[in-house]
Parts: sequence; C-alpha cells; structure tokens
Amino acid sequence: MSVLFIVLPLAILIAGAFVAAFAWAAKSGQFDDLDTPAMRVAIEDDATAPKKAGE
Amino acid sequence: MATRFDRGANQSSRTATREHACAHCTLPVPAGLVDARQERQFCCEGCKSAYEVIHGCGLDRYYALREDARASGGPVQRSGRRYSEYDDATFHALYATAVEPGVARCELFLQNVHCAACVWLVERLPQLVKGVTSATLDFRRATLTVTWDTRVAKLSHIAGVLETLGYPPQPARGVKARQLRQAEDRTALMELAIAGAIGSNVMLIFVALYAGLFDTMEPAHVQMFRWVSMGLSVISLAWPGRVFVRGALAAMRLRTLHLDIPIAAGLTAGVVWGVINTIRGTGDIYFDSIAVLIYFLLVGRFIQRRQQRAAADSVELLFTLTPSVARKVGDDNAVRDVPIETIREQDIVEVRAGDCVPVDGVIVSGMSTIDKSLLTGESRPVAVETSDAVHAGTVNLSGVLRVKVLGTGEATRVGRLMRLVEEGARSRAPIIQLTDKLAGAFIAVMLVVGALTVALWWHIDPTKAIENAVALLVVTCPCGLGLATPLVMTMAMGRAAREGVLIKNAEALQRLAQRGEIFLDKTGTLTHGATRLVKWWGDESVMPMVAAIERESSHHVARAVCEGLAARCDGADVPAASHVREVTGRGIEGFVRGRLVRIASPGSVDARESGVKYAEGMMEARGEAARMGLSAVLVEVDGFVVAVIGLGDELREESPAIVTHLRDAGWRVRVLSGDENGIVQRVGRALGLSHRDATGGATPEDKLAAVRDSAQRMGEKHTTVMVGDGVNDAPALAAAHVGIAVKGGAEASLAAADIFLARGGLRDVAHLLDGARRTMRAIHLCIVVSVLYNIVAAALCITGHITPLLAAIIMPMASLSVLAIAVRARTFGGRKGAAV
Repeated sequence: MSVLFIVLPLAILIAGAFVAAFAWAAKSGQFDDLDTPAMRVAIEDDATAPKKAGE
Repeated sequence: MATRFDRGANQSSRTATREHACAHCTLPVPAGLVDARQERQFCCEGCKSAYEVIHGCGLDRYYALREDARASGGPVQRSGRRYSEYDDATFHALYATAVEPGVARCELFLQNVHCAACVWLVERLPQLVKGVTSATLDFRRATLTVTWDTRVAKLSHIAGVLETLGYPPQPARGVKARQLRQAEDRTALMELAIAGAIGSNVMLIFVALYAGLFDTMEPAHVQMFRWVSMGLSVISLAWPGRVFVRGALAAMRLRTLHLDIPIAAGLTAGVVWGVINTIRGTGDIYFDSIAVLIYFLLVGRFIQRRQQRAAADSVELLFTLTPSVARKVGDDNAVRDVPIETIREQDIVEVRAGDCVPVDGVIVSGMSTIDKSLLTGESRPVAVETSDAVHAGTVNLSGVLRVKVLGTGEATRVGRLMRLVEEGARSRAPIIQLTDKLAGAFIAVMLVVGALTVALWWHIDPTKAIENAVALLVVTCPCGLGLATPLVMTMAMGRAAREGVLIKNAEALQRLAQRGEIFLDKTGTLTHGATRLVKWWGDESVMPMVAAIERESSHHVARAVCEGLAARCDGADVPAASHVREVTGRGIEGFVRGRLVRIASPGSVDARESGVKYAEGMMEARGEAARMGLSAVLVEVDGFVVAVIGLGDELREESPAIVTHLRDAGWRVRVLSGDENGIVQRVGRALGLSHRDATGGATPEDKLAAVRDSAQRMGEKHTTVMVGDGVNDAPALAAAHVGIAVKGGAEASLAAADIFLARGGLRDVAHLLDGARRTMRAIHLCIVVSVLYNIVAAALCITGHITPLLAAIIMPMASLSVLAIAVRARTFGGRKGAAV
C-alpha cells in the first residue's frame, strides 16, 4: 500500500492544476458574462439556409 | 419630422389591411403606404432604412434568426439625432478609452436589445461600418463594447448606424467603478474554487480515515492522511477563509457582535486544535468539517453578492438614459449637439418638442407647454413663454424653446434635490439585521455553555476538558445561521428580479415583513401618470373626424385624444383632413369631408368674438367635466359644439383593489402628492382613504418631512414605506425605512430607493410585501432548524459523546436541511397569495 505515498500527492497536484486552470479562466474574464455566449454559440455560422425574410 | 411621420403612420396602422406586413418589424403596413410596385412593404421610413442597411450588407439572416427566436422589435423610431457630440474631445475624455494610438474603445448602452438575433446583428457591426474592429454585446446589461480605428471611422457614424438599426445608443456611465467591481468578483470566484477543491479533497481523505476506524489501517498511512488534510485546511482558512477572520477582527475593533465572530472563532479553534493533535500524532481532528464549512459559507456570500450586483447594475444602466447632450446655440446662431458637461452659465441652448430640458434657465424665445410632473408631481402640463423659468428634468411638450442657462448639474433644482436625498439617506436609522441580533444572543450562550463544559469535565476528567470545549465550538459553529439569511434572501431576490422587482438592499425585505405606514405618490403610481381621454360627451359619430385632425398635431392633448379615440373607434376609417392649422394656446382646426372642425379649450372658445352655439347638453357636460376634475376640450363642427372631451390622469384599474389589500394586510395607506389638493382628495376618496390620509400640494421638502416624521413614530418595530417615481419623491424615498421606486421614474428616485419596480403601477408593491413576509418566514424556519441541530450537537459535546465521525455527519446534515428549506421556500413568483 506504499503506493499511496505517491498517488495522494499526485492526486492533489492534479486537483491543483484544475484549480489553477479555473483561476486563469476566472481572471481572464470568462465568467463575467454568462448570458450572451449562450446565444452567440447557437447562431455563429451560416450553417442553415436563410429562410424567407420578413413575415 | 421623421418622428412625427412615424407616429402618424402607427396611428393609422389600426385601420390598415392585414395583407401587408412590414418587411422589417412585421407589423401591418398602413394602406396609404403600400407601394404595389415594390416587393417589400414598410410601415415607416425608419423600418425602411433599417432594412436597407441590413440587406445592403448581406445580413438578411437576421430576419431568419429573429423568426427562430419568435421576437419582433417593433417599428424603428428615429429621433433624427446626428450624434455629432460623440466626436467631441470632451465626450471621448469622459466615455472612451484609447487602447493604442488611433484605436479607441467605448461602452454604449443600447435600447431595444431583446433577443439572440439582436446580439447577432449588433456584433456584425464590423461588417456594417468600416473601421470598427470589434463589437461585443453583453446581453443582460444591453451594453455594447465597441473598438474602432479613429482614423477610419467616427463614433458619431457608428452611433448613427446603431440607431438606424433600431438600437439608439447612450454612453454607459460608471464604467470605471464597474470594472473595479468586476475584478473583485473574479477574485471572489477564484477563491471560491480553491475553497471548493480543498473542501472536497479533504472530505475524500476523511472517507478513508473513517473507513480506517472500523478496519485496521497502517499507522503510517493514517499519519500521512492527517498531515495532508491539515496542510490543505490551513491553506483553506488562510486564503479563502481569511474573510471571516478579517470580518471578526473588524467587528471586535468596532466592539459589535457580528456573526463572523463565532464563525471565525470556531474555524480557528478547530484548525489550531487539529494542528496540535496532528503534530502530537494522536487525538481528534475536524478538518473535514472545517474545510467544507468554509466552502459553504463562501458560496452563501458569493451568490448573495452576485445578486445584489445584478440589481445594482440594472439600476445603474437606467441612469444612462437621462440626457447626456444639450443642443447649444453658437454665436453664429448655428445649433450643435454638445456633451452636457461642456455647457456653461449664460450659454443659450435649444430644446425641441419632446426633449427633456437639460439645464435650469430662462426662456429667451419661443412658447410651449412643459410637463413638470417629474419635478413637482403636477400632472397637468404648464404653458410657458419668453422670460419664464424652466428647470432641468422637465419635458418640453410642444414648441421649440431657446433657454439661457442659469445652472447646470449640481447647481440645478434637481441637483439641490439630490443633496436632499443624501441628507435623507444619512438621517435614516440603519436597519439592524436579524442575524446580527441573533448572533449576539448566540455568542453569549455559546460562551456560557463552553465555560460550563470546561468546568464540568474538569471534575470528571481534566484531560478531556479542553478537547470537549473545542469540539463544542467547531460542531456548533453557526453555519446554519450564516447560510440561512444569505441563501433565502438571495433566492428571494433572484426570483423577485425575474418578476421585475429589483431589490438593491436585502435588509429592506426584512423591514417590509413588518407592518406600518405606506406612503403612495399619486402621479404615475396610483394613476397612469399621463393625460388620457377619460370621458366623451355628445355625438360619437364625429370621432373619426376628430381623429383626422388631431393626428396632424404633436401636442400632448392631441396625442392623448388620438390614443383614446383609436381605442374607442377601432376599425372605423379615419378620413383625410385638409388645411389643418394649429395655433399654440388656441387649439387646432381643419376641414374634414368639407366641414370645418375646430378642437379647442373652453377658454379659447369663450375668448372668441364670434359667438359659438352649443348642441343640447354640451354646456352641462362642460360643467360636469370641471366637477370631475377633468380638463375639457370642446369639439366644434361648423360652428356648433357637438361634443366635449374630458381629459385627465386616470386612476389605474388595479389601484383600489391593491390599496384595500394593503390595508387588510395591516398597513396604514396614505397618499402624498405634489398635485393640486382637490385632485388628490378626490383620488383619496375613490380609494376609500380618510381625509387626513390624502395630502396634496406637497413640495419635496414637505414629503421628506412627512416621511421622516412617520419613520420616527414607527421606530424599530414598525416600518415606513414610500412608493414614488419622481425626483420630487427622491428625498422622501431616501428617508423612509424602505423606498420603492416605480418604473418611468427619474434617476434620482432610482438612486434613492432600495427597491425598483420595473413595471408601472402598484401591483408589484402588493407582490413585494407578500413576498417579503414569506421570505422572512423561510429565514425563521431555517434558523429554528439550525439552532435545533446546534442544541443536539451541544448536548452531545457536553456529555462527551461527540466524535469526529459524528461531527462529520451532523454538520453537513444541518447545512443540507437549511439548503433544502431555502430552495423549497415559496418567496416570490408564487402568485397565489397575492392580491391580483
């Protein structure tokens, strides 16, 4: 069971890496506006043919 | 002229055939504007030019997207502004920042942003305007951040294009303050993540340790788990958890009892005790409870702050809608749009019909009518002419005025009122938070119980005395108390915001759950706040003829009559009018179907030399209108008065029912208005209020005095609430225990109020009061539950039965019960208990 002495610090290092990634995302403003990107992603490119205008 | 044309077009759209829909806004196109030669039809010029811009740049996809979103923006109203002040150096210094040489960035608040298609279209701005490098829209705040090359594009052009598309821009104010707050929010989010990661990892380690309690476990492994969990917990307390320690120290320095004190004491005692036991290599440790506790408490704080920010942001953006521009008349008599900040005393500014007066001053030329309701609460427009004084914040309704500036900004009447607001806010007694009061009692009880535990165990087993006392502090750490209030309040505020009730100040909810006195402003709150057609006496067959004449005018009376008639004679054809002539102060006349139609006030009819004959009953109708407190307008056809129109500011349909509901709920309802006392008394009677509870003719100072007096009488146990919308209400809103501003109000009232209702009228006031009571009930329930858990835990500690395993079970159970109650509580949104 001495593998625990390696695995536990390793697990904590990995967790630390994820926290660091989240901290970077938060600091760079990726969580500032949570509404608009949800709309943007749905309509980004002209994948569907435009429907008839108006009506 | 564009606006007037649009209005006329919309007016007659009711009578249009339904076959043609506007290609831009999808509303029916008036029959007169249908051009059979064109493939696409437009309801107005505004829509046509918006379509041309969108189509011309190949962005037709906007219409398909909008159809998917099932949204329509309504017709494009163009103000005809040229936005030339947007290129002014002062404007750039105030609202724009230089990113690099030649590239500038600016935040603009856009009106009418309503769906995903708007986001798509506005963010295509770089395609529409050459020189724009990026455009990002924040949908919730309706704020566009635009970056452009100052050598290629001009901001005035960008603003013009946005208006053509139907999104009139305004510079967003307070950007710097918001950026600071944003940085704080990011840090808080990051610390929350750290606390969360540590909390969950320490929990995992403790699962292994608890499993080891029943099985055998190698002592080396146990020691490693204890050391690792100690390291993580110390980081958690020292980094994200330091807010509690800092709060506790601040409270102790101020010699007040704050909830942070027992929280910090419990957390620190647990960590210190754990560190000692880890180093000793034996004894109980509570790191799992502590790490998770820090996380839960931070979550409560974070969401509460976020919610309050959202409400504050929305209100701040509304400030942006006040005029930032004045039309300055130069020495060469040319009129230029300039930022309001550059206007000096003795300058001459022009105020067009429909514009808000930007300064205090004296009229040097022109005559018009002015709507002062924002400033004084007076619902009837006042006629003004040369050498009359006008005040910032009033609205010019009919003619063009030139005004010599006597004061701007702070020096205006509005500015002085704002100082009264600050004074009112200062004199208001701080609301003592329920949890703070409870925390005081809680701390005292815990100290006594802790001392008892030590004393008791000193006699039984001195080695266990300190250990049991620490266990007591950790296990009874008031996380239920700490979580309950922010959680329930936050859930309530979030739900309320979705209902259109923005709560800036959470403590206000607590105050609203008590009973007391509620002051209501009349204009705009109890009534519609605008002149409307209330009653029509006489021949109804002339209605279309009256509509034909009145739609040619932009006078506020004509507009009210037009709107009233459109509702009354829906479907009837409005004939064409010719030779329409409007004389300010006298009325309007013209020919319809070969007959002379005159629409004028009784005063001007009496003043006319040639006699006027009244049809049967019309003279009496005129008198009746006066008795009802309505302004009469006479309709004369070929020299005969055939109809009398009664105009007035009508009571909202729901007002009487809601006033009754409030009184049934135990509130004393009073009306406080700047309007004529006679009118206010009539409104009071209609609402069933006693003579003393309706006060008219009140100046802002009178209102402040009345509210302050009431707040003093109510004291701590009862609450004084002020509901209003005007600048004239602002000082009273600030001085009341709870100030509620109603939509359509002035920015001053928004700044002074604790709560803002995004919908006009009183309906939401009733919802708010009911919701506040339900919210407080939920908080009380949460507190009772968490106190019960604490009593059980304290009893186990005193008897020496608590083990880390039991602590690990009891603590999250307490938090989860509180969480469940907070989420399940019906605070806002459930309309069952409401009046309407």
